Amino acid sequence: MPKTTPFHSRVEPLNQTGIWKHWYGYLVAPQYQYSLNAEYYAIRNSVSLLDTSPLFKYRFAGDRGRALLERVLARDVGACRVGRAQYTCWCDERGFVIQDGVVMQVAEGEYRLTSAEPTLRHFRSVTRQMGFPDDTVEEISDDFGILALQGPHAYDVISRLTEAASPLKYFGVAQSTVASCEVTVSRTGYTGDLGYELWIRSEDAETVWDALAAAGKDYNLTPIGTSAMKMARVEAGLLLLGVDFNTSRYAWVDAQRETPIELGWSWMFRKLDEDPRDFIGRRAIEAEIANRTSRWNTVGLAVDWHAYECAFTESGIIPPMHELYTESTMSLYRRGGKQWDYAGYASSFLASTLLRRPIGIAKLPLDLTEEGSEVDAEITVIRQPKYILARVERLPFFNPPRKTALMNGGAS
Amino acid sequence: MTAKPERFDAIVVGGGHNGLVNGAYLSRAGLKTLVLERRHVVGGAAVTEELVPGFRFTTFSYALSLVRPDIVQDLDLVKHGMLVHPLVNTFHPGLDGEHILLGADAHANYHEIARHSVEDAEGAKDLSHRVARVCRALKPWMDRIPPNVLSSDPAEIAELAELRDYMTGLDSEVREMMERFVTASAGEILDEYLDHELVKGLFVSSGIIGSKVSPRDRESGLVWLFHKMGDFDGQPGAWGFHKNGNGGFTQVLARAVEAFGGTIRTNAGVERVLYDDGHARGVELEDGTRLEAEVVVSALDPRQTFMRLVDPSDLPADLVSHLEAYKFQGSAAKVNFALSGLPRFPGLDGREDIYQGFTNIGPTIPYLEEAFADCRAGRFSRRPFLDSCIQSTIDPDMSPPGKHIMSCFVMYAPYHLAQGDWDTERSNLGDTVQETLEEFFPGFGDLVLHREIVTPLDIERLIGLTEGNIFAGELFESQLFFNRPAPGWNQYRTPIEGYYQCGSGTHPGGCVSGGPGRLAALRILDDRRR
Ligand SMILES: Cc1cc2nc3c(=O)[nH]c(=O)nc-3n(C[C@H](O)[C@H](O)[C@H](O)COP(=O)(O)OP(=O)(O)OC[C@H]3O[C@@H](n4cnc5c(N)ncnc54)[C@H](O)[C@@H]3O)c2cc1C
Repeated sequence: MPKTTPFHSRVEPLNQTGIWKHWYGYLVAPQYQYSLNAEYYAIRNSVSLLDTSPLFKYRFAGDRGRALLERVLARDVGACRVGRAQYTCWCDERGFVIQDGVVMQVAEGEYRLTSAEPTLRHFRSVTRQMGFPDDTVEEISDDFGILALQGPHAYDVISRLTEAASPLKYFGVAQSTVASCEVTVSRTGYTGDLGYELWIRSEDAETVWDALAAAGKDYNLTPIGTSAMKMARVEAGLLLLGVDFNTSRYAWVDAQRETPIELGWSWMFRKLDEDPRDFIGRRAIEAEIANRTSRWNTVGLAVDWHAYECAFTESGIIPPMHELYTESTMSLYRRGGKQWDYAGYASSFLASTLLRRPIGIAKLPLDLTEEGSEVDAEITVIRQPKYILARVERLPFFNPPRKTALMNGGAS
Repeated sequence: MTAKPERFDAIVVGGGHNGLVNGAYLSRAGLKTLVLERRHVVGGAAVTEELVPGFRFTTFSYALSLVRPDIVQDLDLVKHGMLVHPLVNTFHPGLDGEHILLGADAHANYHEIARHSVEDAEGAKDLSHRVARVCRALKPWMDRIPPNVLSSDPAEIAELAELRDYMTGLDSEVREMMERFVTASAGEILDEYLDHELVKGLFVSSGIIGSKVSPRDRESGLVWLFHKMGDFDGQPGAWGFHKNGNGGFTQVLARAVEAFGGTIRTNAGVERVLYDDGHARGVELEDGTRLEAEVVVSALDPRQTFMRLVDPSDLPADLVSHLEAYKFQGSAAKVNFALSGLPRFPGLDGREDIYQGFTNIGPTIPYLEEAFADCRAGRFSRRPFLDSCIQSTIDPDMSPPGKHIMSCFVMYAPYHLAQGDWDTERSNLGDTVQETLEEFFPGFGDLVLHREIVTPLDIERLIGLTEGNIFAGELFESQLFFNRPAPGWNQYRTPIEGYYQCGSGTHPGGCVSGGPGRLAALRILDDRRR
């Protein structure tokens, strides 16, 4: 029997399709309506509400909690002050990524971390090596539900319910109440749009859901499933564990492992020389940066629209573009010279309805990762492999000013 | 002392969407380009106007499908804010609570139609597939300059041969279907696939949009096909709403023009095009200002382009006689409402999603024929066909929170009334539309906060579309492709060198497609290279 999230009694009747999926053992809707695009466009045009409660959640308290995070997290958690959140990752000693997640300091010395897969045992083993008691890290997954409120009208909705968002800086965190329930509101999300995430105590889940639904009624607040969220995150250039990379922990060989630099996160280490921490994987990461030993980099890939269109129309069929998101790999080849000269692959692909072109997240050898570098992407047209031109592009593909704009009650 | 007139490489007359597309392409090619618009706002038949605070009215056009994909890419429109929301549902209410509600899932739609007729549910699929194949086959010719049938130029003769070969090379099923659309009415074609009156009523309406034809008139076949020629993300015949209405789209185009270095001037009506020795020299504005350019492009309809902006006596007689016979005969109007809440449809109370697309009011072919009988008699339909939508259900920026904006495209409303005139009939039209809505949505009248009535005469007065024809001329075979707007003059040139045409009266025709603007720009740029 799958588990259900604290919002299940609310989302269950909303699922018109009757289709459910399992997200790490929890029942979730991939989409609620027949039109996936309608859910996607709620993210970009009005406001969407997504239940992300299946994420694993951890709590770290006090100086030891902080010390533990300093040791485990690869990105400098010292920069994550009270009332701030930070996108981060943790690595093994060889500098391979175990997972990514968002850490936030909700009150002085009180941290919370989300992660896609369980990681208590990993954190506990480091806790013990450091000689700290087990309760330095605590799992709180069942204590909270999480809702993501994302879209250009997200502020209009949240500001009807709490002052906490007026203003709340990008990656800011505030404790507040919604419908008399304690909530943690962060200006974060996985869509690359204006948005907030709310941590809600499980017993308050229904009350807060109802309050959000009522406040959003006039703004076309649309419950969305995981599929629309995944489409949006490709445009936002956000990687997905299990799709764009795998945890080093359960990899068989290094070819399945990736370093943060290879994942395109070198920006996390821009101030590494000012960061005195001895975090796990530091030496390996330093060596990789110094010796330029990265095997590849993760980049944006824009498939040439004309080439894409032609490849299909030449064969007499319509280019597939409608609600097209895939996680299977698309092989990439060097252009010119040899035929089918393998270079890398795309780990996510989206025929972006907003951007009106096919885009992807790709792994390419370093000599092909400059912006504008050209590769051939392999597609299949009526069961025949064909290759078409694609270009390396900076991530994110979509980055509206509203994502980071200071929202303070002025016109949105 | 008169100052030296300002000089441009190209002047585009009319800031409708085609003028803007044309101006953007010319600017992009490096021409110093000026777009002149008579109104205070660009967009022409694609504008959004905040007539009541917080309510954004799509005064004329209201949905998109035919925008040429090349334009989106070439002009970087997404960067400038293009955002088209697909229609979520299509709602076709009948009387007595009967209805058809189609959504995004083909299989669910099958069952919805099967509620009325199992065979129709399959027939609708067969029809859609055939039509999609026909559209696919025609599309390449939508995006290129059509051949000139009167020309003896070997290049033109070769193009005609290419077209002939292309057509004969098509699979016979596609070719025969294509011929059907020219020779049969929309009603007749649907008869072959569908049986149930309510189902036919839903599918047939594309055959009359904006055209003075009944669904059983031969011309409706082609009109029907024309409305299926677009797509949304490759989905044949699908329509969408632009953020902030179609005016949102033309604002995007205006930003593109400016980003490429072009200039737009509003409140700048053009009185006439200046030319001598058969060469365009510039324009004279309504206020007497003269502006110089060796390329002048009219983005207005053929009547304005040839009979008003220049002196028709300077044009070849056969062209003028063609233009005199060219049919405008506008037959559509708009009535737009600001609403205090959403209408209720008996049996689907509380369902708001039914409005997230087109609501097609015109249950059956006989209903539409009756509506047309009024039109033929020179009066507006007493029970009109309404293609309506409430875009605010998906775009919260269209109306104040909790309130809504409803656009109703109204047929038939003949430009020439047998009795009275539109200035006196205007509010009667508004009442009739409101009564019709009341019939389908009891209590509708109580929701109305404000209404905007746009008669064919208003269309003509406001944006210059002759007789209010929404397409700048009927979409009849005699006025399309080789013949738009006249045989021999279907390639964007005019008899005056340097004077071009790029409005909806040129190929590929009306609707918000930008095709005419783009193809005319390609022609102009090509001519400059010669
Ligand atoms: C009521 C209505 C509803 C419609 N609905 C749809 C729809 O939903 N979807 C769709 O695709 N199509 C629709 N259409 C058709 C479509 O809107 C038109 O075919 C298209 O917008 C015409 O564009 P255009 O640029 O060719 O001409 P216009 O939009 O007519 O532009 C001409 C411009 O020139 C200006 N002008 C006129 N005279 C002068 C002058 N002397 N000097 C300077 N400027 C001048 C006008 O003000 C206007 O801005 C509709 C049309 C109407 C009228």
